[in-house]
Amino acid sequence: MLLYIVRRLLWAVPILVGISLISFLMIHMAPGGPISVGTDLNPKATAETRARLEAYYGLDQPLYVQYGRWLGRMATLDFGDSFSPDGRSVAEKIRERIPITLTINVLSMGLIFLVAIPIGIYSAVRQGSLFDRVSTVFVFTGFSIPTFWLALLLMILFGVKLGWLPISGIGSLEYHSLGTMGKIADRARHLLLPVLLTGFTGLAGMSRYMRSNMLEVIRQDYVASARAKGLPEGTVVFRHAMRNALLPVITILGLSVPDLLGGSVIFETIFAIPGMGQLFYQGVMSRDYPLIMGILTIGAFLTLLGNLLADVGYALADPRIRPG
Amino acid sequence: MSGGVGIRRNLARRLLRNRLAAAGGLVIVFFFLVAAFPALFTSQNPDRIDVASILRPPSAAHPLGTDDLGRDVLARVVYGARVSMKVGFVAVGIATSIGLVLGLLAGFHGGRVDAVLMRFVDIMLCFPTFFLILAAIAFLSPSIVIIMAVIGLTGWMGVARLVRAETLSLKERDFVAAARAQGAGTLRIIFRHILPNALAPILVAATLGVAGAILTESALSFLGIGVQPPTPSWGNILTVGKNYIEFAWWLSLFPGLAILVTVLGYNLLGEGIRDAADPRLKGR
Repeated sequence: MLLYIVRRLLWAVPILVGISLISFLMIHMAPGGPISVGTDLNPKATAETRARLEAYYGLDQPLYVQYGRWLGRMATLDFGDSFSPDGRSVAEKIRERIPITLTINVLSMGLIFLVAIPIGIYSAVRQGSLFDRVSTVFVFTGFSIPTFWLALLLMILFGVKLGWLPISGIGSLEYHSLGTMGKIADRARHLLLPVLLTGFTGLAGMSRYMRSNMLEVIRQDYVASARAKGLPEGTVVFRHAMRNALLPVITILGLSVPDLLGGSVIFETIFAIPGMGQLFYQGVMSRDYPLIMGILTIGAFLTLLGNLLADVGYALADPRIRPG
Repeated sequence: MSGGVGIRRNLARRLLRNRLAAAGGLVIVFFFLVAAFPALFTSQNPDRIDVASILRPPSAAHPLGTDDLGRDVLARVVYGARVSMKVGFVAVGIATSIGLVLGLLAGFHGGRVDAVLMRFVDIMLCFPTFFLILAAIAFLSPSIVIIMAVIGLTGWMGVARLVRAETLSLKERDFVAAARAQGAGTLRIIFRHILPNALAPILVAATLGVAGAILTESALSFLGIGVQPPTPSWGNILTVGKNYIEFAWWLSLFPGLAILVTVLGYNLLGEGIRDAADPRLKGR
């Protein structure tokens, strides 16, 4: 098992290099650049100024030299300095932003698990019932609804009309004067909608997936024989059927990392949450190359990690596929 | 060959019998009509600014209200259909073509070609796709053509894997061996024997892909890096809706409803094709 994990981790290195190369080429070969964002509209910027700025940021070098330098720094986990006027290190900027994004994503993954799996199981066990049909409608709507639109509607309803929930930021103005419990409650009120919305599409997908796995498993011979020997229905469903139907779900959860990260750009923009998605958006708008490269690399790393955890979890849960 | 036609006719009949799938198909046809003949659905000009009636709620003159420049929201939603229908179709066309070619190459040649292509697929699948699309479009200056190209270029991996798997299993079958023994060339085998048999899963993936592409485009336009105003798109009307979220609910409600219904149509149709192609999966 350990050997398997080590092999997978080693395999992640060329994939990460491949991803960074593609990102790098795409970012640097696109027309325009960080210098023109700052100087195009500035009449005082002469060609000489531009050349000096380009040299300062190392953008005058050939692409392979620039990429080589970036890769060399990455080998020591140095993401370089941001191009933005504050010139702070990219690692520092990301470190500030990543906790809130991860918090939201982990919470919404938990939500997906807690809600989707019971829905899936119940729909499968009572296939064709009213509950099953209602949840099917919910699933299809969930797949099809633009979640940023749902966010707007919920903001209008709970924020504007009812005034129950705040519609932006992660803390009230008086956050720092609140007690510990007050702080937790305040943060929870701010994160409720973002977490719910981040998990929404996954919720629909996962409950459908769980349902079809359950339907598959329930028809197996060993479930029939469990029933035949007179075990109570609850034991059959939870001990025999559910445990096997859960297996593939682990994989899907690991594979949903890129979608969750992509969603964070949208929701952090809508709800003004200072997380990694918002940072990326700002980086793209100001052509902050080191920042964009840093976030794309970390995003890819998290995705690979999700895949790895999924495979390891699967292998732990199912001895049949444990690699030798 | 008559067998193949029979299978396809059967598929169409089963599809029509599935009420949800038929409803999905109707919705899609409806929105294509809206996109093709917008003047039939609204008499207003979507770009006409009217400072005397800014942010008016729905009324007889403006059934869906007006926006921050006094433009008719119904007209903007109607003309916005053009963007969504076009983006969905073209982006998936690009993705499916790439996926088909690479999947056939990998499945047919096997060996090193297959290994290289599949590693490339692995790499592409590890990108947080939305980050990649966002950066690419923002850098290449947002336009409908760029959006379609970028969504297409980042969405072909699923089809490639699917086609590869189908090709791998089909090319070992007896009927392919028989065709080869009769002297059929590679192209003939691909077009007469492999593709027709792999058609249903590809069609399902493509239909569901259109739904995803429409959602992606609307999210991009909503964030301000998709279709640029004054060209109306469902996503960029919603951007205005967000800016006036406290005063004008109608700006947020109607364009989103249009997206929901269209995407739902494609999803229902896609599921319907899947059921019709493989009745064993029905209700899953």
